[in-house]
Amino acid sequence: MTVPAAAYLLLSAALFTLGTVGVLVRRTALILFMSIELMLNAVNLAFVTLARVHANLDGQLAVFFVLVVAAVEVVVGLSILVHIFRSRDTVDVDEVDLLRG
Amino acid sequence: MVPWIVALPLAGALVNGLLGGRLGRRGTSLVACLAILGAFLLSAAATQGLVTSSERAAHVVRLFEWIGVANFRISAAFQWDPLSALLALVVTGVGFLIHVYSVGYMADDPDYSRYFTYLNLFVASMLVLVLGANLLVLFVGWELVGLCSYLLIGFWFERPAAAAAGRKAFVVNRIGDAAFVVGILSVWGLLGTLEFREISRLLGEGGGALRGHPGLVAAALLLFAGATGKSAQLPLYVWLPDAMEGPTPVSALIHAATMVTAGVFLVGRLWPLFEAAGPVLGAVVAPVGAATALFAASVAVVQYDLKRVMAYSTISQLGYMFLALGAGAGGAAFFHLTTHAFFKALLFLAAGSVMHALHGQIDLRHLGGLRRSMPLTFLGFVVGALSLSGIPPLSGFWSKEEILHAARVHAAAVWAVALATSFVTAYYATRAAVLAFWGEPADHHAHPHDPPPAMAWPMAALAVLSAFGGFLGAQWAGAPLQAFLEPVFGDHGEASSVAGAEVAGAVAVALAGVVAGWWAHRARREPDLGPLGRALAAQWGVEALYDRAVVRPAKALSHLLAQRVDARVVDRAASGLADLVVQAAAAVRTWQTGNVRQYAAGVLAGAVVLFVYWVLR
Repeated sequence: MTVPAAAYLLLSAALFTLGTVGVLVRRTALILFMSIELMLNAVNLAFVTLARVHANLDGQLAVFFVLVVAAVEVVVGLSILVHIFRSRDTVDVDEVDLLRG
Repeated sequence: MVPWIVALPLAGALVNGLLGGRLGRRGTSLVACLAILGAFLLSAAATQGLVTSSERAAHVVRLFEWIGVANFRISAAFQWDPLSALLALVVTGVGFLIHVYSVGYMADDPDYSRYFTYLNLFVASMLVLVLGANLLVLFVGWELVGLCSYLLIGFWFERPAAAAAGRKAFVVNRIGDAAFVVGILSVWGLLGTLEFREISRLLGEGGGALRGHPGLVAAALLLFAGATGKSAQLPLYVWLPDAMEGPTPVSALIHAATMVTAGVFLVGRLWPLFEAAGPVLGAVVAPVGAATALFAASVAVVQYDLKRVMAYSTISQLGYMFLALGAGAGGAAFFHLTTHAFFKALLFLAAGSVMHALHGQIDLRHLGGLRRSMPLTFLGFVVGALSLSGIPPLSGFWSKEEILHAARVHAAAVWAVALATSFVTAYYATRAAVLAFWGEPADHHAHPHDPPPAMAWPMAALAVLSAFGGFLGAQWAGAPLQAFLEPVFGDHGEASSVAGAEVAGAVAVALAGVVAGWWAHRARREPDLGPLGRALAAQWGVEALYDRAVVRPAKALSHLLAQRVDARVVDRAASGLADLVVQAAAAVRTWQTGNVRQYAAGVLAGAVVLFVYWVLR
């Protein structure tokens, strides 16, 4: 039995929406990161699906880039987070607003 | 070899300028003097080549192409021909003597190396001017000597008068230079070349088809306007008397012997152009020269500052040279340029010795009786003054005779003015000599003495040149100088025999001037000249006219601009703009909340908008 491509794309859209809502409503920085990962991987899923549908490897290639960049972003982001926690005892992003104009 | 003539003084200026005082006074003076001496020897050797060879055509040395835009091609090039050779010899020869003199004169100055840097730079610039093979290279030298003149007039810039005089010289020269630049462009527009050789070729033999062309006349007038600025002719002479604020050797070198003759040189260099420009020489150059000669000589009569007497005398003698050029006697003009460089430099150096001995005292009312205490200076001054007056057999006599003769052939009115100038010249020269050197010492506490050897020897050399230099161009000696310059000016019948009666008359006029000067001032009293004296002291109202026509309107305009336009328009526009930015920023800064989730929402909203746009497009 083969699963139709539309199912993959629907799943991808659902995951992306989940991630977006997470970023908008949660205040804990760690959860924010996880939501962003969710969005990225939703996009990856769409890439892979469409690569298969069109029999074109470019989509798969893009996934690799997204993976690498996501990994790097997490490394930098988490280290910033650790420093924020050390200096302010909180990871609530609403309380970190030094750059307010 | 020719580029080296320029390179040596330039190298001297660089060495002294970059090493500052690190060479010590002896080293600085050695570098400066040897650089000029080397340039002089090179010039002499190159001139030797010109004299011995039968071919006197201009020899051009191209260094590199300087400007090459479409068909506007200008190369940095030097030219060696009889005219450049004569000027190079005068500049480096008199320049060397004055450098040596300066070693003594400036010995106690704290800015010794700066002085010699400027002086060497001046000689290099002047050589660029006289050796340039096209108008643009000449213009570079022209501006550089203007710069050096400014730097040296204001050498003692801590004195407000010196700084102001330097500025005045610079500004007045700008007026002439503006005309000069337009003149250069006109020449290009008309002839399509700025090379002197090409100009001579195109306009040779009276200009051919272009003879009297209105554009050519305009170009000649503009170039002559430039010359009046640099050579201090009416109406742009006002900067030269003030330029005497500079050190006296500077006055001797720049403001008497060399730089101020650049205008005369310019006309000589472009002789074919001026000849082809029809009436410009006779109708403009000669009258301006004659008027300046008489005007400046008359003003010199009532000056009390010895150096200012000499400054007006220089203006007057430069007028003589232009008069000769206007009368078509280029050879006579350059003969007078040469002898004038000798005797006027001598007079200035003698004046400098007086200043040196009396701690800067130069007012004729406070001088006197220096004949006994400074015999050498006295002798030098008298030789210079008699030469200036045109008493035979001194050098000034021979060159002035040539000019008077050319003036007589040219026009009776010009001749009359020239003769009158000759009388006045003899009068004021004698007056200055009598007031400074005869009678009783004005100050019995001062103990003036002749200058040290470094200053005495150049004066002696210049005295010998002033006394005997006239034989270079004397008619009975075959006029070797004029023959040497013949490729430049052609033979204009200057060699036509001068009648004995004419010479006798001219000498009688000069002698009358000397006697009158002696008689009027023998008791060291100023004769009362009445209204004439007041008019002379006011320079016939020229300074007042400048004040009313230029200085005061300019100041009023500046005041208006500062008080009204600047404060009310420019300032308000600027601060209004600043206020606008501040207010806009205050409004916009609230958008930046520092809240990450709001930013994320913004990004999402943007993405949605873009997405909708792409879908609905």
